[in-house]
Amino acid sequence: MKEKGNSKAIKWLLIIISAVFLFIMVIMPLFTVISGALQKGLGFYIGAITDKYTLKALILTIKAAFASVIVTSIFGLIAAWAVTRYSFPGKKIIKSIIDIPVTISPVICGMIFLLLFGRQGFIYPLLDKVGIDVIFAVPGIIIVTVFVTLPMVFREIVPVLEARGTQEEEAAAMMGADGWTIFRRVTFPSVKWPFIYGIILSASRAMGEFGAVSVISGHLRGLTNTLPLHIEILFNEFNTTEAFAVSSILVILSIALMLLRLLLQQYSSRKRT
Amino acid sequence: MRRKLSLLLLTSILMSLVLTGCGFNRDKDGNTTSERVTLINVSYDPTRELYESYNRYFERKWKKSTGQSLDVIQSHGGSGKQALEVANGLKADVVTLALAYDTDSIAKSGLIASDWQKRLPDNSCPYYSTIVFLVRKGNPKHIRDWDDLVRPDVSVLTPNPKTSGGARWNYLAAYAYALEKYDNDSTKVFGFMRDLYRNVSVLDSGARASTTSFTENGQGDVLICWENEAYLTEKNDKGDYQIIYPSVSVKAETPVSIVDSVVKSHGTKKIAENYLKGLYDERAQEICARNYYRPSDQRVLDKYKKYFPTDFKMVTIDDFGGWEKVAKKHFSNGGIFDRIYS
Amino acid sequence: MEVYSTGYTAETERFGKEMESSTKKIIPGFGLTFGITVTFLGLLVILPLSYIVIYTLKLSPERFFQVIFSKRVVTSFALSLSSALIATLVNTVMGVVIAFVLVRYEFPGKRIMDALIEIPFALPTSVAGISLTALYGERGVMGKLYSHLGISVAYTRLGIIIALTFVSIPYVVRSVEPVLNNLDHSIEEAAGSMGASRSLIFRRVIFPEIAPAVFSGAALSFGRCLGEYGSVVFIAGNMPYKTEIVPIIIMSRLQEFNYSEASAIAFVMLIFSFMILFISNIVSSHNIKIKAGIR
Repeated sequence: MKEKGNSKAIKWLLIIISAVFLFIMVIMPLFTVISGALQKGLGFYIGAITDKYTLKALILTIKAAFASVIVTSIFGLIAAWAVTRYSFPGKKIIKSIIDIPVTISPVICGMIFLLLFGRQGFIYPLLDKVGIDVIFAVPGIIIVTVFVTLPMVFREIVPVLEARGTQEEEAAAMMGADGWTIFRRVTFPSVKWPFIYGIILSASRAMGEFGAVSVISGHLRGLTNTLPLHIEILFNEFNTTEAFAVSSILVILSIALMLLRLLLQQYSSRKRT
Repeated sequence: MRRKLSLLLLTSILMSLVLTGCGFNRDKDGNTTSERVTLINVSYDPTRELYESYNRYFERKWKKSTGQSLDVIQSHGGSGKQALEVANGLKADVVTLALAYDTDSIAKSGLIASDWQKRLPDNSCPYYSTIVFLVRKGNPKHIRDWDDLVRPDVSVLTPNPKTSGGARWNYLAAYAYALEKYDNDSTKVFGFMRDLYRNVSVLDSGARASTTSFTENGQGDVLICWENEAYLTEKNDKGDYQIIYPSVSVKAETPVSIVDSVVKSHGTKKIAENYLKGLYDERAQEICARNYYRPSDQRVLDKYKKYFPTDFKMVTIDDFGGWEKVAKKHFSNGGIFDRIYS
Repeated sequence: MEVYSTGYTAETERFGKEMESSTKKIIPGFGLTFGITVTFLGLLVILPLSYIVIYTLKLSPERFFQVIFSKRVVTSFALSLSSALIATLVNTVMGVVIAFVLVRYEFPGKRIMDALIEIPFALPTSVAGISLTALYGERGVMGKLYSHLGISVAYTRLGIIIALTFVSIPYVVRSVEPVLNNLDHSIEEAAGSMGASRSLIFRRVIFPEIAPAVFSGAALSFGRCLGEYGSVVFIAGNMPYKTEIVPIIIMSRLQEFNYSEASAIAFVMLIFSFMILFISNIVSSHNIKIKAGIR
């Protein structure tokens, strides 16, 4: 009897510790954003989030996220297929290389493209002749965003494909199906859900990327400012309230994506059982 | 499908090419004749408010006189950092940086003609400023002059002179004071500078970040900053701060220039030149003064003289032998600033 | 985001082995998909990354070591490593507790707690940065609380540790949760019925089972903390020798146009990142082998 009471006490102790920790570390910062955003009233808030530069930054952010979703999902499917459907030497190396963008610091991610496309590099004169700006321009921002999100879809699909093995695809191939048909009919249906999670993850990472984009953006207001950079600018302009208001857009978007993923995960696992 | 995919890729690449390269309508001098033009102004940290109002004024004026809709795009940051980004490929039509040295460094990379500073009046400085102290209400630490900043109980805020132009002026103002006080005794001057920077509690990368640390985050007892930044802060938070003029400071000249190679490729030479010349207009000079920059036009300066006291010693960069010499002696790798920190 | 695949390096080994023995490229499309993958990686990852090496090589060996072992850089590495380590330790302990609570107990609000864990991953780092700075600055709620205790958080090491703790909360939780879920209760019950105390059960029965997952979660969290920039830059205030972490020093070298020195520091940082990845892979594959042996 004493044992049982004791165990209950431990249970609640652990729950309370967890709850307090999460309250201080997660809820309070979130609350700070919301209260900061509404500090000067709803009218001010609406004014801040419909500001010309905020909207331009939002559009750029969505553009970059969209591009990164397209590239990472196509690349993720192709690379995951190559890595899991065939055996070849150096497979482990390829997998580690794909992981590099999430392993290294965002600052280094931005920096390598600064070195590659900057004026002192050998690609710059070529691009300059054709009249394409990459660095400190929108294409550079998109390339960097694609880079940091590159492994997102791949990492979601690979474990599932590996767990499934290749028997079904082999059987289909023996029956004469071509690669595209096998992919469409056999492989893709089995990774549909992880594929969608991967897309959501890469969209949310792409929207929030700060360090890497900051290196290569040039901070041109209304031109190469993404939302996270715009937040920094507003913050540095003493417009703390506006900075929090713009932050709240990102908070809403990212939490919506997160909840969408959690819901889909629940839905898909229920469907499976 | 494979073909479809590559087709899709190809079209999207072409699309982006068209989108970035559009607007190739030029007159015989190579100036763009498009109805909508953008001009990129890469500036230093605290000029945000100044250019916000000047751009509004100039855009309207330009539209009236030429019918072209002009959109000026701003970028702000530490002056040194901004200059390096321009030198490294940031396509700025005009640069309005915190000190001539930064514009010189762009000129050295071949993007700006080397005689740039002679192209506009007053050394290409439509406005200038000086360095002051900002302290908290009532001046609780009784800060009067540079001497008080090396007291062990005082915590100082100034940005990093390696990345910020304002920080270089701050540094030089302190240095000028030390030279005078210690009668050019280099050991004592170095000691003073070391003591000063030992008291610095946050070394941000730009002037604005430094101000934010001081005001929003309550760091430090005194902020060494631009006069205009001090006034702006004082205005934003009425009564929370006050400005102290030290006995010695610098005339912080902040020249402007077009970026020759960029305006040539953008076809914006005419607009860019007019944009900078426009800064010397009486109206524009008033805008400068109202944003607490000291206008180069003496009449306008006199009109606003209650904001711009002159009862302290103001040294110029020439008193130090020019930027080239200063940069090498103080801010290069292994220079005096590095030695202060090692 | 990374947590979902903590298991994958380990699982990969096993399934990879099985697969390689049976597949002989029966499935068409190898050339195309392999070609695209390698080309893409070459252009987007290897080529840019090689620039770090190219720029590092511009320095003479002496200069390289001079840069790397300069007091300021060494201090920033020490600061980065120690702050990342502390944040990871906090999150390892809290992560195990939270995972345990989420798996073993039923209580109201459990679903909310589960969703809260995800927020540090979902929230952009710059948002985290400004909100933590506001919260822990001298005007913020927590900042006031701490300053009553005579501790200042913003612009100190503590601030960095708090920011790093925030961004890496989910790693250990998410890697321990599934393992704890699959754990066989019967051993614990048997141990319990034999009179073993709860702490003994945890130490001897539960912990050995979840240890590899704890380790791999902690390794990921450590790696993330080491590279984190966005949230720290707002709260740290980049004071040389005091709050200047490695990514900030790289950033300021870039802003000073000192690309070779930035590359040299980044190069060392890359070595650290790869070492962490390597060690955690070895531990997890080692662990799979042990388990496979038992079975």
